[in-house]
Amino acid sequence: MSTVHTYDVLVVGAGLAGMRAALAAYQQGATVAILTKVHPVRSHSNAAQGGINAALTDRGDKWEDHAFETVKGSDYLGDQDAIEVLAKEAGDDIIALEHMGVIFNRNEEGRLGTRRFGGQKRARTFFVSDFTGQAMLHVLFEQILQAKLPIYEEWFVTSTVKDDHGRCAGVIAFEIRTGNFALFKAKAVILASGGLGRVYEPSTNALICTGDGMSLAYRAGAPLMDMEMVQYHPTTLKGKGLLISEAARGEGAYLLNSEGDRFMERYAPNMMELASRDVVSRAEQLEINEGRDINGCVLLDCRHLGKTVINDRLRQINEEAKTFANIDLAEEPIPIRPGMHYQMGGIKTDIDGRCWDINKEWKGLLGLFAAGETACVSLHGGNRLGANSLLDTVVFGRRAGACAAEYAKTLNDPKISEALVDVDHDLVSSILRRPSHDDTIARIRLEMGQTMNRHLSVFREEEGMRTARQVIHALKDRWLTVGITDKGHVFNTGLVNTLELGFMLDCAETIIAGALTRQESRGAHFRTDYLNRDDEDWLRHILLYHSANGSPEIDYLPVRITQWKPQTRVY
Amino acid sequence: MNTTLRIRRFNPEQKSPAPFFQEYELELAPSDSVLDGLIKIRETLDDSLALRCSCRGAICGSCGMRINGHAALACKTKILSATQEGSTIQVEPMNNMPVIKDLITDMAPFWDKIRQIQPWLQPAAPPPTAEHLAPAETMSHLSGVMSCIMCGVCVSDCTVLEVDSTFVGPAALAKAYRFVADPRDAATTQRLQVLNQPSGMWDCTRCMECIQVCPKGVGPMDRIMALREQGMNESVPSTCGSRHAEVFADLIEDKGILDEPMLAIRTFGFQNWRRLLGLIPVAIQSFRHQRIPPSGPFHRAVPGIDQIKRLFTRMRKQP
Ligand SMILES: Cc1cc2nc3c(=O)[nH]c(=O)nc-3n(C[C@H](O)[C@H](O)[C@H](O)COP(=O)(O)OP(=O)(O)OC[C@H]3O[C@@H](n4cnc5c(N)ncnc54)[C@H](O)[C@@H]3O)c2cc1C
Ligand code: FES
Repeated sequence: MSTVHTYDVLVVGAGLAGMRAALAAYQQGATVAILTKVHPVRSHSNAAQGGINAALTDRGDKWEDHAFETVKGSDYLGDQDAIEVLAKEAGDDIIALEHMGVIFNRNEEGRLGTRRFGGQKRARTFFVSDFTGQAMLHVLFEQILQAKLPIYEEWFVTSTVKDDHGRCAGVIAFEIRTGNFALFKAKAVILASGGLGRVYEPSTNALICTGDGMSLAYRAGAPLMDMEMVQYHPTTLKGKGLLISEAARGEGAYLLNSEGDRFMERYAPNMMELASRDVVSRAEQLEINEGRDINGCVLLDCRHLGKTVINDRLRQINEEAKTFANIDLAEEPIPIRPGMHYQMGGIKTDIDGRCWDINKEWKGLLGLFAAGETACVSLHGGNRLGANSLLDTVVFGRRAGACAAEYAKTLNDPKISEALVDVDHDLVSSILRRPSHDDTIARIRLEMGQTMNRHLSVFREEEGMRTARQVIHALKDRWLTVGITDKGHVFNTGLVNTLELGFMLDCAETIIAGALTRQESRGAHFRTDYLNRDDEDWLRHILLYHSANGSPEIDYLPVRITQWKPQTRVY
Repeated sequence: MNTTLRIRRFNPEQKSPAPFFQEYELELAPSDSVLDGLIKIRETLDDSLALRCSCRGAICGSCGMRINGHAALACKTKILSATQEGSTIQVEPMNNMPVIKDLITDMAPFWDKIRQIQPWLQPAAPPPTAEHLAPAETMSHLSGVMSCIMCGVCVSDCTVLEVDSTFVGPAALAKAYRFVADPRDAATTQRLQVLNQPSGMWDCTRCMECIQVCPKGVGPMDRIMALREQGMNESVPSTCGSRHAEVFADLIEDKGILDEPMLAIRTFGFQNWRRLLGLIPVAIQSFRHQRIPPSGPFHRAVPGIDQIKRLFTRMRKQP
C-alpha cells in the first residue's frame, strides 16, 4: 500500500508561477499543497536577472502600448485577448509584489523605478538590481511559509492520474530522498513546472529545466501549442551558454562585430540593440556566418556606461562576467552569441490556466491547469519580449490558482485506483534493473542537445529538421534500454536524470513536429526554405497531441485577434 | 590540466555505511569550475556520484560543499583557484548538517532556523493602494543582504554552530536583518526581542568565517553586528550579550584596560548568581596558574587614561 494524500488543489512546481498559484488558491479557501523536485528557492525563476514589465497608468504609461508591443514582439502569433489580460493586470500584480516585500529599485521620489528592455519604446521594466527573479522568488517563498502551506520538497512527479470520469485528479510522485512513492489526489492539478532548456545544448537554462510538465500533460492527452517557437537569446556566453541579461543592453550597451561596427544599424535602425530578441539573434548569427565574428562570437560593449552604472545596476552580471569569462565589463567588451533560452510554446491553456476549453473548440484535459513557462496561453507567440515572462508567471499563476480553487469547489473528492501507483513504481524498478553498459543517459542527452542546437536553432530548413527527427527517434529507442550504476533508492540522481531525459525526448519530438509543420518564417521560427511570414496560411497555432503510434498528431487553432491587425514588423 | 578530485563519499544503503574517500583523475580546463569537474565525473567516469546542482551560475544555491576544507559553491570555484597542475582537490559535504549521501546534506535544520525568525514582511497597516513610498537610499542597501541565496555555506563553516547546534546561525540572522532594516516592516522591536534571547544574535563569536566563505558578499557577521547595534539603540531589555558590550566599553573608559573578573561579574549581574557560581572552577584554575588579573580597586588605570576618557567623550558627541 502506498501513501495517499488528498488536497483540493495540487501545484506541481515551486517557481514563481507555482508559488503564486498556490497562494491564490489558498486565498480562495482551498486546501493546497506544492510538490517540487528541488527546494522552492532553487527553482529556475531565480535566474531571471533583468526585470518584469508593467505599464503603470499612474506613471503615464498605457497598458495598450505594452499590449501592442507584446503583440508585435510575438510576430502576431500571440493571442490578443490573453495579451490584453496580461497588460491590464500587470500593474496590480507589481504593486502586490511590492506589498509582499519585494525590494524593487526606486527612483528619486521613492516610487518604483524602471529600466528599458528590448522590443519596447518605453522604460516599463521594474527590477531589483540585476537579480529580479531571485528577489521575487524568495519573497513568494516567504509568503508560502507565512501561509504554512505544505511543501513536498524534493519530490519528483512521474505522471498525472485520472479519475473514473477521465478527469485529471492527481499525480504520482516519489520522494527523492527515500525513493518512496505516493499518490496525491486532488480536484485540480496545476502544472507550473517550468521550461525545457536542457533539450538543447548549450542553453541558458538550469540543469533542472527538463520540460517535465509539458511531457506529463502531453502524455495525459492535453495538447501542446507553439512548440516550434524556441527563443534564442542574443547575449549568451560561449561554452556552457550562461546568460548575460538584456539589462546590459537596456542600460545602453552596444553590440559590435569584428570590424567594430554597431551592426544593428543595418538590421533595426530605430531600435538598434533593443529590437526584439529574434531580430537581434538573427542579425548576430548572420554577422557570424558572414565571417565578421571573433571565434564564433560578436561583442557586447559596456565600457561607455561607466563604472557607477555597472556597479549599481549590473553588479551581478559583471560578477558573472568576471567569474565565468574572466572579463570586467568596465574594462573590456565581452564575446557573446545567440543561445537557446526560452520556450514560448507549452501546454495549451485558456486565460484562466485551464487545459481544456469551456467552449469545446479544442480538445483538452479536464481538471488540469498550467501556468508559467510550461504553459502556453499564448502570450509570447513567435517571440517573447524580455521581462514578459516573469509577468506571465505572476499574472497567470495567480489566475490559474484562483480558477483551480473555484473549480475544486464544484467537485467531490476524486475516486482513483491506488493501483495506478504501481505502473510508475514498476517503471522505476525496471530502470534500476537494467544493466549499465557503454551507452549512458549523459551521452543520449548530449546527442539530443547538439542535434536540436544544430537543426532547430536560429535558422532552420526542412532537411536538417528531418535529420533531427530521425536522430530523436533513435535516441528514444536507446532510452528504453539505457541503465545506470546506482541501484539504490536514496537520492538516486541518475534515476531522476533518466526520467527527465524521457520527458525531454518527448519535448524534442514535439518541437520538431511543430517546426516541420509550420512552412513559413515567423518570430523565432525562421526557415531558410520559407523566408517570409505567411498570414494567409499560417496565422494560426499548431496543436500537438500525443498519439498511440508515437508521432504527434497535429491540429490547428486560429490566432485570437482583438484590436491589432497584423502588420509588417520593423524595428 | 590534469586534476585529481578526492571526494568524500557516503552511501547510506550500504551494509555498514561509513564515509570513505574516492579519487578521480580527469582532464579539466583551468577555467572550469569544480562543479564542471564533478559533472564530468558523473557523465564520464561514475554516474553514481550524488550531488545537488542546477543553475551552474552561483544563483540557485544548490551546490554548497567543502572544497579543500572550506565551504564554497562548486560552480563558483575555479579549478585554477583550488589547485595546481597535477595536484588534488578535496571535496566534502558541508559541515554542521547531517549527510544524506555523498555530497548531499540534509538542509532541514537550516530551513527550520530560517522559519524561526518569521521571515516575511510584517507591515504596520493595510498597504496603500500604490506602492509603499520609501526613499531609494533606505531600500537600495537591502539588495546586499537580499542577494543571499540560502546556500548554507556560512552555516557549514560557522564555528559557533560546531559547538552549539542551537545557535540560530549566520544565514537566519542575515535574513532577520533584512526585515529589521526594511523601513516597511513594523515588527522590528519584536524581532529584536526574539533575537536577543540565548542562541540568538549575541551568540556569534565574530570569527569572520561566514564573511570569508559567503559566495554572494552578504557578510552575515556584519549584519549580526548591525542587529546588535540596533538592539542596543532600541534598548530591548538588556541581556548578557548587550551588557557584555556595554560593560566592556565602561571598563575601558574607566581604566583604559580590561578588568576581566569585573567584566564577567557585571555582565552576568549578581541576580544571576547561578551563572557566576559556574565561573568559580575557571577562577580557581586561573588562580592556580597565577593568571587571575587584579580586579576592582586593585585594578589600576593605565597611564594616559585622561586621553582615553577624552576619546570616549568625543565619540559620544559625534556617533
Ligand atoms: C538566465 C535566465 C534569465 C531570465 N531572465 C528573465 C528576465 O529578466 N525577465 C523575465 O521576465 N524572464 C526571464 N527569464 C525567464 C523566466 O525566468 C522563466 O521563464 C520563469 O522564471 C519560469 O518560471 P516558472 O515558475 O514557470 O518555472 P521555474 O521557476 O523553472 O519552476 C519550475 C518548478 O517546477 C518544479 N518541477 C519541474 N519538474 C518537476 C517534476 N517532475 N516534479 C516536481 N517538480 C517539478 C521545479 O522543482 C521548480 O520548482 C529568464 C530565464 C533564464 C534562463
Ligand atoms: S549550481 Fe546553482 S549555485 Fe551552484
